[in-house]
Amino acid sequence: MKTTTIIAAGLATLATGASAETLTVYTYDSFVAEWGPGPMIEEAFEAQCDGCDLEFVAVGDGAEILSRLQLEGTRTEADVVLGLDSNLTAAARDTKLFAQHGVTDPQLDLPIEWDDDMFLPFDWGYFAFVYDKTRVEDVPASLEELAASDLTVVIQDPRSSTPGLGLMLWVKSVFGAEAQGYWEDLSDNILTVTKGWSEAYGMFTEGEADMVLSYTTSPAYHLIAEDDDTKAAAAFENGHYLQIEVAGKVASTEQDALADQFLDFMLTDGFQSAIPTTNWMYPAKTPRDGLPDGFDRLHVPDTALVYLGSEAQDIRDEALEEWRTGLSQ
Amino acid sequence: MAHGPQPVMSMSGRVVAAGAVALAVVLALTLGTIVAVFVRAEGVGGFDPADWAALRFTVTQATLSAALSVALAIPVARAIARRRFVGRGALVMLLGAPFILPVIVAVFGLISVFGRSGWVSQSLMAFGYEPISIYGFHGVIIAHVFFNLPLATRLVLQGWLAIPGERFRLAAALGFTSRDIARHLERPMLREVLPGAFLVIFLLCLTSFAVALALGGGPRATTIELAIYEAFRLDFDLGKAALLACVQFGLGAAVAIVALRVALPSGFGGGLDRAVQRWDQRGPLRTALDASWIALAALFLILPILAIAFDGIGALATLPSQVWTSAARSLGVAAVSVIVTLLLALPIAAWSVTSGSKLVEGLGTLTIVASPLIIGMGLFIVINPFLDPFALALPVTALVNAIMSLPFALRALVPALSQIETQYGRLADSLGMSGTARLRRLWLPRLARPLGFSAGLAGALSLGDLGVIALFASPDTPTLPLQIFRLLTSYRMDDAAGAALVLLALSLAVFWLLDRGGRVNVDG
Repeated sequence: MKTTTIIAAGLATLATGASAETLTVYTYDSFVAEWGPGPMIEEAFEAQCDGCDLEFVAVGDGAEILSRLQLEGTRTEADVVLGLDSNLTAAARDTKLFAQHGVTDPQLDLPIEWDDDMFLPFDWGYFAFVYDKTRVEDVPASLEELAASDLTVVIQDPRSSTPGLGLMLWVKSVFGAEAQGYWEDLSDNILTVTKGWSEAYGMFTEGEADMVLSYTTSPAYHLIAEDDDTKAAAAFENGHYLQIEVAGKVASTEQDALADQFLDFMLTDGFQSAIPTTNWMYPAKTPRDGLPDGFDRLHVPDTALVYLGSEAQDIRDEALEEWRTGLSQ
Repeated sequence: MAHGPQPVMSMSGRVVAAGAVALAVVLALTLGTIVAVFVRAEGVGGFDPADWAALRFTVTQATLSAALSVALAIPVARAIARRRFVGRGALVMLLGAPFILPVIVAVFGLISVFGRSGWVSQSLMAFGYEPISIYGFHGVIIAHVFFNLPLATRLVLQGWLAIPGERFRLAAALGFTSRDIARHLERPMLREVLPGAFLVIFLLCLTSFAVALALGGGPRATTIELAIYEAFRLDFDLGKAALLACVQFGLGAAVAIVALRVALPSGFGGGLDRAVQRWDQRGPLRTALDASWIALAALFLILPILAIAFDGIGALATLPSQVWTSAARSLGVAAVSVIVTLLLALPIAAWSVTSGSKLVEGLGTLTIVASPLIIGMGLFIVINPFLDPFALALPVTALVNAIMSLPFALRALVPALSQIETQYGRLADSLGMSGTARLRRLWLPRLARPLGFSAGLAGALSLGDLGVIALFASPDTPTLPLQIFRLLTSYRMDDAAGAALVLLALSLAVFWLLDRGGRVNVDG
């Protein structure tokens, strides 16, 4: 786990009995990494919340947060959950573990309308396969070309990872009833299926695979943080699936006011300006200073694919069955 | 003293009581937990194609892993048996190491050696070949062979050394060629040893979890045990988890019954440090062939361990503090696990020996085919209404680890105790030595060695276990193996390497200390 979490945990232990209020936020691994948004956001929030203690707890990848919360039920220590996505909100709502966020008319800069009284977006992006320009010459221009190529890819498990879930729905939205056949075709390209995004991306940067399922915004990281323009996202004619990452307040929280304060804070510059260069996603609300240089050089898909409302939940089981069956052959 | 034999009777009464309690605990944890999962599951779904694929993969990889381990063990064991060389004793000892090597540590070492950026791939690429990949089917096989080739080698080596040297002498006197020796001496021995070795390894690979978790490649390389984890942890599908557990249990039990019938060789005997004199195997070519088998096997075992030391030593000084706290946590879990193992193993062994019942030992050994994840899951379901299972993750881990070490402890204790009873049982009876007196004055001092060995094994296995803890560790209380897994998956390779080295050192130290402790006491 990450240093911040441990420091936070240590502080929390020291502070037991003291009056400092702790807000526990469950999130995904890469969010609390040293290079992730966690440390910066923690500092910014604690500076304005009057002696409170913001504790991020990493519980795997995005989809694992939800299963974790279901396992813990109302006994959970989480006050806020940050890192579910638009494909999981309906399932999350069904758990009855979440409360309404109470933010009326949030000013958002999303490519679609957002109307959800329980989950509030904090960033968004398009899924894409990222590759190394120096190693991949014939870049596939569609999902079909990728499956027909002999490139190796690393993808994520849709049951534990939101990018993995996104890809599954991406394929479903493109191929419909033929999705299982597509997975069978793609099967021989898949080097491995990881539980989370972090390990998949790590394997790609270590050179274990030619491509990795990530985001159109991922090359910005290499461009801005590493001054390396060799990484790019493959533009697919099929269109790219849209992901909106959300946060929600846990109904059983004892830190109601603090949780509300955090959700309000989430859509201010203190949070949003950290997103582009730490989480490498588009902020849900563009900060006053706009997007950093480098983001203008990213591929922006012509067609955004997305399942809205409960659509993703309705087809999840069927799509998962096709995914498991197609890939296990 | 009108009732002369009574002390003995009450003694055996107490043994039966203690043994029955211990066995009841084991049965409750192995079978009871499956029942708990079933009861809680709302209807049991069928097997879908992906589950069939998991079953197929499990059986295929276990068969192939066992076959490869055994096949490779033959030339290696033959070479070790008939050659004398410097470091032979050390090599035989090294063959015992992978058994107590934490899986996650070994996986780390294997990635360093066989991964796409590892030593083997780098050398291949230097010669213009394609790099190899450690992920998916062949990764799982490589890891399983790494763990089990040494075990197979030890078992086959025992077979070789059990052939009396006089027979080879006689064969030489009769002018036997190598082919004759193979036909008359070696093949009959192999026919006896190989099936048992194959089945033991097949069983060990059947319930493989951590290897498949770390190296498996999605639905195509999922073992049943991993599918159980996914059904519970990701889908919260208890019916599926319980069904898979039953399939695994049934499969394992069937194999175990076959294995018991083909008379399992015991893997822990001594006396492997003697080379057999072979008059037919002189000559540079044969020597070179044997030498290369030994060298290859040694490299295959040593390189990943070296890689761990090599990669890890630099990171030791700068390890994040949570590695050390999780190491302390793991030591605590291991200590509890050792105590529980012995508290369960001793009464069961005692009951088994005094009653002469194979069934008692057999039931105690049941856990070898049980799924630690199902045990954990069952406990989770039972605990959940009353207490926070996540808060109890560490005690539950210690308990499940103890249960999983039980078969090995029983294998060490039962023969030893049975020998003690044969030798001293009547004397003790005639002295009216019973109950705690018999336990303290007769059994414990003479069992020190197998007790120390069992404790060392239980401690090392518990330290390195990445199973139940992955199921429901709270995010802020990982054990050291889980910590390493998390560092690996967030690709903090340097820290992972350092932590792996710490775990490696701790496991070896715990085994060595406890095993050695048993040996010191026996002389005292």
